Amino acid sequence: MAGQLREYRRRIRSVQSTKKITRAMELIAASRIAKARARVAAARPYAEEITRVIEAVASQTTISHPLTTERPQPVRAAVVVITSDRGLAGGYSSNALRRANELIELLRSEGKEPELHVIGRKGVGYYRFRGRAISGEYTGFSEQPSYADAKSVGDALIASFVASGESGGVDEIHVVHTEYVSALTQTPVARRLLPMVLTETNEPPAGGPLPQYEFEPSAEAVLDALLPRYVESRLYAAMLESAASESAARQRAMKSATDNAEDLIRSYTRQANRARQDAITQEISEIVGGANALSSAS
Amino acid sequence: MPIRVAIVSPEQEVWSGDADMVVARTTDGDLGVLPGHVPLLGVLVPGGTVRVKTGGREISAQVDGGFISVTHQGVSILAETATLS
Repeated sequence: MAGQLREYRRRIRSVQSTKKITRAMELIAASRIAKARARVAAARPYAEEITRVIEAVASQTTISHPLTTERPQPVRAAVVVITSDRGLAGGYSSNALRRANELIELLRSEGKEPELHVIGRKGVGYYRFRGRAISGEYTGFSEQPSYADAKSVGDALIASFVASGESGGVDEIHVVHTEYVSALTQTPVARRLLPMVLTETNEPPAGGPLPQYEFEPSAEAVLDALLPRYVESRLYAAMLESAASESAARQRAMKSATDNAEDLIRSYTRQANRARQDAITQEISEIVGGANALSSAS
Repeated sequence: MPIRVAIVSPEQEVWSGDADMVVARTTDGDLGVLPGHVPLLGVLVPGGTVRVKTGGREISAQVDGGFISVTHQGVSILAETATLS
């Protein structure tokens, strides 16, 4: 009887210490969301400006540049998948990986051989376990990516994009990242980075019509210099957005873990109390029974 | 009539404000931008300095791997790294 009580108390203590951990992780994740969102906002002016400039250049020059021109016979496509380094983030990484697999299927059906570039330990582990070839893996910064991290990923991609599919490089670059819609909703999305998808509309873009630029030294040179910056800035934006989503997913997962721990503690406490009461009742009835036996014997 | 100038790096906006003149070194040579300049897009030399003259003051920034984009709305300096000096 007393053994049962001890067992319940032990379990309560164990759940309590788990709860402390999940609560701490929840709070850390919550503060990281805010930080990541602030960094997304800080990175926006640069990303917007560079996209606007490229659109302006592409819309008024007739030169064909790899940045904006579709290759006639694409044979290989790079797929960048952004996942997390650590688990305990609910379905965050597996959702991103599922979206990536859809994209890979689609690329295969179009006759393009996908080439994997994986960011985050979870994704690397996933593909390695399945014996898939990984062309590039980048880990250790999924929660707090810096521009230098985006650059290291971008360098490899640009080199293989410039080399083109026939000579072992790639003809297209796709990115799968997780968009932060709200604290409750994060959706994995797949986008094509290169060649650029230009929005061709007749409506004047926001902020007035695009000006007729002069180029220094030349339009080609400007586009050449813009290409890596564009890829890096888009990767950086995707990584930041994913970091915010990862933290949000982790916060939610840890919140439900903490709630579960509380429920468990409540039900164990109830059972422990009952066990204690049972033990007392039993003891009383034993004493009463013993006393009765003594008095009836005398 | 001042021009709106913004110096932005990928991680943050380094400086923004109104200026009377911007001087930057492109791969073709020094370029001075006064109000009313035609729209222009230039590649800046690596490790160059951008000077922004505003009122009596002059602000200079070390920029690396950057562009200058001049539009009717203002001037943007896009740099991979930019530090005010």
